[in-house]
Formats: sequence, C-alpha cells, structure tokens
Amino acid sequence: MNASTAVRTPDRGASSAHAARAAHAAPSWDGEREPVVVTRGLSKAYGRDRLAVDGLDLVVPAGSVFGFLGPNGSGKTTTIRMLMGLISPTAGTATVLGGTMPKAAGAILPRVGALIEGPAHYGFMTGRENLARLDAADRTADPATRRERIEEALARVGLAAVGDRKARAYSLGMKQRLGIASALLRPRDLLVLDEPTNGLDPQGMREIRALIRTLAADGTTVFLSSHLLDEIEQVCTHAAVMARGRLVTQGTVDDLRSAARGRLVVETPDAGRAAVVLAELKAGSVATTATGVEAELGDVAPDVACAALVRADVRVRSFTTTGGSLEDAFVALTGEGFDVED
Amino acid sequence: MSRTEAVTLPGAGTPQAQAAQERAAFSVPLPRARGLLASEMRLVFRRPRTYAMLAFLAAVPVLLGVALRYFTDGAGGGGDEGLEFVSQVTNNGLFLVFASLAATLPFFLPMTVGVVAGDAVAGEASAGTLRYLLVAPAGRIRLLLVKYAGLVAFCLAATFTVALSALAVGAVLFPMGDVPLLNGDSIPMTEALVRALLIAVAVAVSLLGIAAIGLFVSTLTSVPVAAMATTVGLVIVASILSAIPQFHALHPWLFTDQWMSYGDLLRDPIVTDGVVRNLELQAAYTLVFGAAAWARMADRDVTC
Repeated sequence: MNASTAVRTPDRGASSAHAARAAHAAPSWDGEREPVVVTRGLSKAYGRDRLAVDGLDLVVPAGSVFGFLGPNGSGKTTTIRMLMGLISPTAGTATVLGGTMPKAAGAILPRVGALIEGPAHYGFMTGRENLARLDAADRTADPATRRERIEEALARVGLAAVGDRKARAYSLGMKQRLGIASALLRPRDLLVLDEPTNGLDPQGMREIRALIRTLAADGTTVFLSSHLLDEIEQVCTHAAVMARGRLVTQGTVDDLRSAARGRLVVETPDAGRAAVVLAELKAGSVATTATGVEAELGDVAPDVACAALVRADVRVRSFTTTGGSLEDAFVALTGEGFDVED
Repeated sequence: MSRTEAVTLPGAGTPQAQAAQERAAFSVPLPRARGLLASEMRLVFRRPRTYAMLAFLAAVPVLLGVALRYFTDGAGGGGDEGLEFVSQVTNNGLFLVFASLAATLPFFLPMTVGVVAGDAVAGEASAGTLRYLLVAPAGRIRLLLVKYAGLVAFCLAATFTVALSALAVGAVLFPMGDVPLLNGDSIPMTEALVRALLIAVAVAVSLLGIAAIGLFVSTLTSVPVAAMATTVGLVIVASILSAIPQFHALHPWLFTDQWMSYGDLLRDPIVTDGVVRNLELQAAYTLVFGAAAWARMADRDVTC
C-alpha cells in the first residue's frame, strides 16, 4: 500500500481523460448552434400500458460527443429508433437536425450515419457490396463517387484488406467495423452509434474511440449509446442517463462526474483524530474502522483533506480515494433504491 | 453500376465536364432510383437460393422430356389442355415448352415466387438490413416499389428458365418443325417461337398476383419462413377452391382462375378473352395487395 500512488492513480486517469476531451472535442462543440437532437415529451408505448420510453426531453448540443447511458431495457434503443424514424412515437416529438421525425426522414437521414442495435449485413455479399447497396439506397448519394467513398470508409475502419470477403465470413468485430463503415459512407452532421465497440478486441476499441474523437474534432455530433462507462468517460463531452424509460439526468460529463461523491479511505493508527479532522472539513458519513477511517468526500478536495490530516499530526499509512467516476454517478442514478421522479 | 448510369445518360460522349454538368442537371430521382433497383436485382439474382430454385425449375423440362422420350407408351390420354400439349411433344419438341409451363404453373412456379416474395421484406427485417436501408434512407414506398420490381423480374426469370430449358431439351430429344395449332392449322417454326415467347410472358404475368400477395404478407412479419409458407399456402388454397365446383361463384375471382388461358395463344386467330381477363385479374390483385402493402409499410414500426 503506497500512499502516493494510491492518491495519484485515479487522479491521473481523470486528468488524461480530461485532456483528451479538451484536445479533441472542446474546440468544436458550442452551445450556440441549434441543438442537433431535441425531443419533447417523447413517449413510446408498446401494448396498452407498457411504456418503453416515457416523456423524454433530450437535448443533444451541436458538436458534442453525447453519451447515452442506461441499463438494459431502459429504453435507449427505442429512443434511437424513434430518432431515426424507424418507429413512430405514441406521444411527443423528436426533432433531428431541425426536422421532425419520422416525417422528415427522407430529407434528414442522408446527413445522419447510424449503427443501430448491432450491425446487419447480407452474408452472401462482400463487405464492399454491402456498402454499395446501402449507398444505392440513399438517393441523395452520388453514384459517381461511390467507389471512392466506399474505399475511404473501409480504410477508416481498417477493413480495406478484407473488403472483398463475404460478410458471412467476417468475425463479430469485423461486422461491427463494417457497420461503422456504412455510417461513414458520406460526411455526416450526426453519427448515431449504438454500442459501436461491441464485439471488438481492445485494440479495435481504441481505434474506434480514436475515430470517434477525430470525427468529433471535425465537427460531427456523435450520439453514442454504450454500456461501457469508461468509454463514455473517455470520449464524451455530454451524457444522458436513462432508467426505466425515463431520462434521469443529462449534462456535461464533468458535471455528472462531480455529482458522484468520492469516497476516502485512510489507514492510520490515529483514527479518532482523523475522524475529527475530516468532520471539521464537512466530509460526510465519517466512520472509524479497524484500520483507520472512511468518509464521503463530497465537495472536499482530496489534496485539502490530506494536508489537513498531516497538519493535525495524523500518521497516515495510506490515503486512497475511490469513486468520483462516472460509474459511481451511474450506479447512484440507476442502481437499486433510486426513485425515479417525474 | 455507377458506370452504366453515367453511360446511359445523354451527353455521355461529350467531354467530361459537360457530362458532369448534364448529370447535375439530370438530378431527378430517376437515375438514382435505378441505383437501388440495380442493387435489388443483384440481391435477388445473386443469392444462392435463387440459383437453386432456378436450377430446380430448369430440371422440370429435362425430367418431362426424358420421360416422354424414353418411357412413354404412346397412348397419351388427352382431355386437359396441359395434357393436350404433352401428347404433342413427341411430334414436335417445341411443345415441350408449353407442356413444361403447364406442368410448373400450378405449383412449382408460384412456389418459387412465394419464396422470393415472402422473403422480400420479412427477410430484410429478420436480417436487420431493413433498418439500415430505411436509415440510409431508402424511403419506405420506394423500397416497396423496388421490391415489387425485383419480384416481377424474378417471375420473368423463373418462367423463362422453364421455357428456355424446355426449348433446349425439346430441340435435343424431339423433332422440331412446323407447329400444328390447337385448331388444326400449322404455323412455321419462327412464328411458333414468337407465340412461345408470348406464352412465357403470359405465364410470367399470371404470377404477378401471387407476387403482390406475397409482398403484402411479407410486410406483416419479420419471420420470412412464415411469409413464404403463408404465400405458398394461399396458392394451394386457391387451387383447392378452384377444384370444388360448389364454389363456382368464387372461381372468377381467384388469381388462379385464368392461369391456363395462355393456351389460347396457340389458336389461330388468337383468342384473347381469357388472356385479357387474366391480365385484369393479376392487375387487380397487384393493386389491392400492393395498396395493402403500401399502407402497412408506411406506418410499420421497424423494431428488428
């Protein structure tokens, strides 16, 4: 148990993720352009009383990388299907790039690239042929440039070498890449990616995340649905959390993360004194344990707490902060016992 | 595909810049719709299942020809129009075309059409490609029209597979020559070939009604096998109904009612009543079930 590394490790993770966001996304997103996706009271009922999505008010700022989080069955995919005009809402409206879905689908969707609930291809066609069919389906795509655009999209997802192999023979990760390639056939204003790194190896995940950052830096708004919280944390500027068909929260990732309370574990023989110091700092639920003291950090910065402990002559054996990550925020928002409010 | 489109556009022979300009001026949906149409044709005809079905259809005239050439006892019992063709085959190979179409039209041809039609939308839905086509965006009604165009092409291809296979087998196994018509006169070989072509087209047209029914059924489900089975089942139901005299009031409205009318094209002069009635029936079925498919497709929730 090394005190200094214990302190630094979570800190470094956070700062590097922050640096990545700042470098790639911060220059491009701005709150002044019209939001790319706006939903008002968007609802979808299946059958008489099962509400898959219930009164969703979602705002996706232009240029953001928007993480869309939620447990299985929380209505994420239903929401995405409504945004893409595949299903009609039973109540409320969904506006994408200024057009109302599903009515404006024909005019809006050429500007949208989408990977929805996993890739789907014609197994007896090659990767290139699959892309050519989807491009032919888009009547606003220029057939004259189709070949080059397909090559470019394949190269971007690293499939150029296997583009002439039948899609049936692709691995899950390759199918996923081909699905992403179809979303990249044209320059898009909005990319909707439903679990884009599903089935990819760690290398592939890194590549796809780098690709998302590059696209975001070029000004494409990315709507990223994922279960992988570190993925959201690494690439997203904004996030929304759904639970049981409702929107629990939305905002910038930094705001979400700071809403999650970090937890402090101090190993010390001077547990009593440490508890007093932490209580004076207004840390929450301070408790002494067999080895030391634990507390909720709340608004207290860990470095301030550490300095205060040392000033008070507390002999610190180890000083560890846990939590304060998006995962804690997510669990706090969607975990058991959380009452969803209207 | 892009290349052929560029070539067929007017002014493609002129310098490139001008061609590009005209292409821009020509930016109506038509050339692009052909993009999806061409893609649909490849989808239908490059599928291994389609090869298998066409190969099966091509084998029917071979079986029929071999049976008539080597296993016939000479005493063919006439009566039915189809059998009338069969008894003529040994005299003239061209009749194998008519006999084979008569043999495949009641079940084998509609069965293959039912498979392709039932799969048209349901297959895309079950594979998940439907959502990607719609998000592309293909446009729901455009996709439906393209699907129907693919079905029409398959009806023609299936019928001509039978006809051409029969023509080849007939030419190899039997004498070819002037063709005696059903009312006794003879017409020369060349005119008979034109008649055979007309008959093949008439048979293909006979399949358009069931193609439209299959397309509609296909929009109802995302289980392609269910749509195929339902469509083929409807063919069987129609043929059972047409065999029960008590349902005679219903018979003129069955899509199978005028299927055998193409025999009239072998008379001189050609009797068109049945053929025209068949056209009307198939057009009516196409309109009714096409409209139903349209309505269903326009507001279907695509959830798979």
